[in-house]
Amino acid sequence: MALQTEQIDRSYFTTERGEDDHAVIGTPVQRADALGHVTGGTEFFEDVNPTGLLHLKMHRSERHHALLKRVDVTKALEVPGVVRVLTHEDVPANWYTILRLIGVEPNDEPVLPEDRVLYKGEQIVAVIATSEAAALDGAAAVEVEYEDLPAVFDVEEALAEGTPAIKPHGTNYFLYEGHHCRRIRFGDVDAAFEEADHVFEWRYQSSPIEHAPTEPTGCIVVPQADGRLRIHSDTQACFFTLDNAALILETPFSKLRLIGGTVGGGFGGKVDVIVEPIACIAAMATGKPVKYVYGRAEEMQVSSPRAAERVIIKDGVMADGTIVARKVTLYVDAGAYSRHSPYGTTKAAAHMPGPYTIPNVWVDAHCVYTNRTPASAMRGFGVTIADFALESQMDRIARALDMDPLQLRLKNAYRDGDMKAHRKVAEGTALIEVIQRGAQLVGHELPGEYRGLSSTDPREA
Amino acid sequence: MRSRVIELVVNDEPQEFLAPPGTTLLIALRESLGLTAVKRGCAQGTCGACTCLLDGEAVMSCLVPVETVDGAEVHTLEGMAGPDGELDELQAAFLEGFATQCGFCTSGMIMAARVLLAEQPDPSREDVVRAISGNVCRCTGYESIINAILDAAERRRATGAISYTEKGA
Repeated sequence: MALQTEQIDRSYFTTERGEDDHAVIGTPVQRADALGHVTGGTEFFEDVNPTGLLHLKMHRSERHHALLKRVDVTKALEVPGVVRVLTHEDVPANWYTILRLIGVEPNDEPVLPEDRVLYKGEQIVAVIATSEAAALDGAAAVEVEYEDLPAVFDVEEALAEGTPAIKPHGTNYFLYEGHHCRRIRFGDVDAAFEEADHVFEWRYQSSPIEHAPTEPTGCIVVPQADGRLRIHSDTQACFFTLDNAALILETPFSKLRLIGGTVGGGFGGKVDVIVEPIACIAAMATGKPVKYVYGRAEEMQVSSPRAAERVIIKDGVMADGTIVARKVTLYVDAGAYSRHSPYGTTKAAAHMPGPYTIPNVWVDAHCVYTNRTPASAMRGFGVTIADFALESQMDRIARALDMDPLQLRLKNAYRDGDMKAHRKVAEGTALIEVIQRGAQLVGHELPGEYRGLSSTDPREA
Repeated sequence: MRSRVIELVVNDEPQEFLAPPGTTLLIALRESLGLTAVKRGCAQGTCGACTCLLDGEAVMSCLVPVETVDGAEVHTLEGMAGPDGELDELQAAFLEGFATQCGFCTSGMIMAARVLLAEQPDPSREDVVRAISGNVCRCTGYESIINAILDAAERRRATGAISYTEKGA
């Protein structure tokens, strides 16, 4: 069967590269790992089976938000096969946040919690045993006494006056250089709303989305004769893991050797650093190889989902469809801990107001903490849900004005040289051409003035 | 309860190993025999990544207690290529048809397809869809997988070759 590839229209690139100077685009190239996949030879992390392997399972919080009054591991240690338990006292540097590697602070997440839990399913005690069944039995035998605290599940409730702060740093939001949210201020939206023919305001809400990789999150840590630890992991972010694990273990980076790169489905989600540090501590404590892999239920409950987002968009629009002002309020539900959400929220702010040139833009993007499962990265996070809201908004405006939704977009589409709201000059834009081509492919007739538009023609002042 | 000695014929070779009570066929293949093409995705019979052939039938090996199949004949992806490593038509079609992405479901997909083609050398698209309906590809590469299975069937019919499937299953 001949592989079918789309004919690539290279004419758009003539200013950048010669017409025939595309050696790879449009040509089938075999994946480097495909032969291993079809023969069973590809080695995923769990395919490693070192002698004497121990299994780590977690006792997890049954409460959304509670003080830990008593944690008793006596009965867990009595389970046959259990060799060791680990609590926060066994973690050299317990507090971290993944993106401290790029200067994000504070360290807001404990490897294992000390006096309180912030979400249901949070790991509390690690139980290490000679078999997976014994580790599960041991984890179930840990006894925890809780004192419930009021839990916050809604982003706007979390920010409301009088709601107690669930975070040790004293606010339920991430602080951006001293500000309560990531802000974009461009032009004067309020003045533009006054002059607009129409003002439209709508609200959008997404749910958390689980990546559900077929291969669960996990790792196997093997102590080496030279004192190093060899970490087999399915992380998508080897260096996030290596650096954070070394900082948590208070060990030089050179003591850790990470073997990764083979990921049984990640979808942008296997970038947190949860399983490796505690598995390293377990391997160091026992001198044996240790496996920590989520069961399917854990993968669903505690691996970080894409954040739920609430987006409120208010637009000032002229009768001809020109958008003169866009005001966006975004709430990103980070859940209990920062992980990658402070970065995702900044990305969302920079993405506003979408691929459109609007002279007046106002954005408040809040990264909010709640007692939900911590959210984190997923493909295009920060942008994906924003686009769902922005493009729904564009369709609704078009309907309200009884206007062709493609023409509304073409009229407002950004072009090369336009200043974006976050003060970057747009370059390499292609929205106009993509819409024109899409319209052509589906037989959607565009009037001549729209067919003649180009991303490289300067906008009329 | 004590461990038991289990005998299986795996990829045409007799095997003998010790299985603690409750050991699944999946864990026995992976941990006792080092055959790791079968994958553990859910351990509850919903993802299909552990699919292998048990006496010619496709089974989810995570649901089969190995002590209940003592003496059975098992086939896994590792035994699929020919003696000199030449790929089976299914393997070749998956490879050339870009039917793998992360690769985690590939073994289960090929094993499910192997049973289908053994029973039905000229399957319809619907037959293929039904045959892999218990196998999750979370990368959602189903179209390429379905096309590859149809392509493999065509390759076999064209060459008239006796496939390893027909011998084995």
